[in-house]
Amino acid sequence: MKIVSTIDTAQSLKPLQAGGVCCGPVLSTRGGPAMRSYPYNGRYPAWITGEINSAEGPVPVAATVLRPSEKFAHIRARVTNFRMRFSVEPGLYAVGSPDRSSDIFISANYKMSFDILRSSLHGMNAWILVLDTGGINVWCAAGKGTFGTDELVKRINSERISSLVDHRKVIVPQLGAPGVSAGQVKKSTGFHVLYGPVRASDIAGYVQSGYTASPEMRRMRFAVMDRLILTPMELNPAMKKLPYLIVVILLIFGLKPEGIFFRDALSGGVPFIAGAFGALFSGAFLAPALLPFIPFRSFALKGWVLSMAVFLLMINYVPLFMFESYYLTAIMLVFFPLLSSYLALQFTGASTYTNLSGVKKELKYGLPLYIGGTIIAVLLAAAYKIQEWGIL
Amino acid sequence: MKYLKETATLKYFPEKCTGCGRCGEVCPHNVFSMSRGKAVVAHRDRCMECGACAKNCDFGAISVDAGVGCAAAVINGILRGTEPSCDCGGSSGSACCC
Ligand code: SF4
Ligand code: SF4
Repeated sequence: MKIVSTIDTAQSLKPLQAGGVCCGPVLSTRGGPAMRSYPYNGRYPAWITGEINSAEGPVPVAATVLRPSEKFAHIRARVTNFRMRFSVEPGLYAVGSPDRSSDIFISANYKMSFDILRSSLHGMNAWILVLDTGGINVWCAAGKGTFGTDELVKRINSERISSLVDHRKVIVPQLGAPGVSAGQVKKSTGFHVLYGPVRASDIAGYVQSGYTASPEMRRMRFAVMDRLILTPMELNPAMKKLPYLIVVILLIFGLKPEGIFFRDALSGGVPFIAGAFGALFSGAFLAPALLPFIPFRSFALKGWVLSMAVFLLMINYVPLFMFESYYLTAIMLVFFPLLSSYLALQFTGASTYTNLSGVKKELKYGLPLYIGGTIIAVLLAAAYKIQEWGIL
Repeated sequence: MKYLKETATLKYFPEKCTGCGRCGEVCPHNVFSMSRGKAVVAHRDRCMECGACAKNCDFGAISVDAGVGCAAAVINGILRGTEPSCDCGGSSGSACCC
């Protein structure tokens, strides 16, 4: 197999530019129209198994079975910021040995999106056209428009898809529809956009039933596993901010008229530090996990009632949280459920059924309460200190 | 699972609808159903304002203020005085937008 070296293949990962695309690296985009791009320029990563000759020159063939290291990378991408560097080069790929009649599937260049697609195409012969979405998944990129009509039209032209295949259809994941106008793609390129199923695992069934998706295949789900898999990205950022809260707690309890005492800071602070962990766990993990079982539709309310229940149990049954001072009990019940509520509200970003108008409404009522509640907690802490020091 | 009642900005203009069925195809929450050759908004409260239907209706029969329902993005927008912007770079981001 010959390796074609041509025009404009220099590609590199650029660091995320300030104010640039959210959550992902910016892959360099190639030059003018009608320039076929050769992903990786022949220096292929291990998941490329070879090249196939097409009417438009050699095309890299991607494996359809993921290796253990690749599956591990998926976990890393779920849990850490690694996902922001988890991309493939945009362009045309093959799975199996596709020909002029094979289907063309459109994907984003977030490697997770691409990997899930290619492993769902196991045993099939197909083309995959990877759009440059800045390393972001299909759904999020569609919301931003980077997975969109313009990029799709540009790629269909630049990869010369019309001379690659005889048919005139491309299969776009349904979750890409917020960014793609099928009518405009048809007008500009002559290609019909067929919307594939929401989940790549339904692709085989979709193709077998003559490119029709059952209503079930068209619905976005949000089952307990879907939710749990997203919680690390809620817990992680919250955990990073926790040290600040712990410092404040230690200062409040350590502060004496004579100076700051570490022993007092610790003895008084420990229940509150534990409480902070509890609030975090309740808001960023329990609330997402139990979402459908918690009363109310509002995420803020769900987070609050769940956490309130947790803390009411704790102050009544866990000796560590049975305070002598009513002030301390009050601080705990005012501040921590609100903190959980705030964290649960953050989960609207990951959930698959919240809408922007609703989130705005929640924040309109929620933000004043969060700020007000924090001020009340600070005042209560002040009152507690005044009482403790015996100033009054 | 359903989100808040009657907040979605989805608007449907039946007089423009040709009954092509695209909206029902792209909607991830089965908001539309077809009845007598026209689309019907059957489950408004399920709408997540993704914009897929409006974007793919070639006849302008649907409009919606599309956006991502993400608290972090809205707060970002409030702080900067801009539209909600999902700038999840760095440590601030939740799973929002990725
Ligand atoms: S996409 Fe537009 S024209 Fe087609 S059925 Fe829906 S509303 Fe009617
Ligand atoms: S905006 Fe999205 S969720 Fe709402 S009706 Fe349209 S396609 Fe369905």
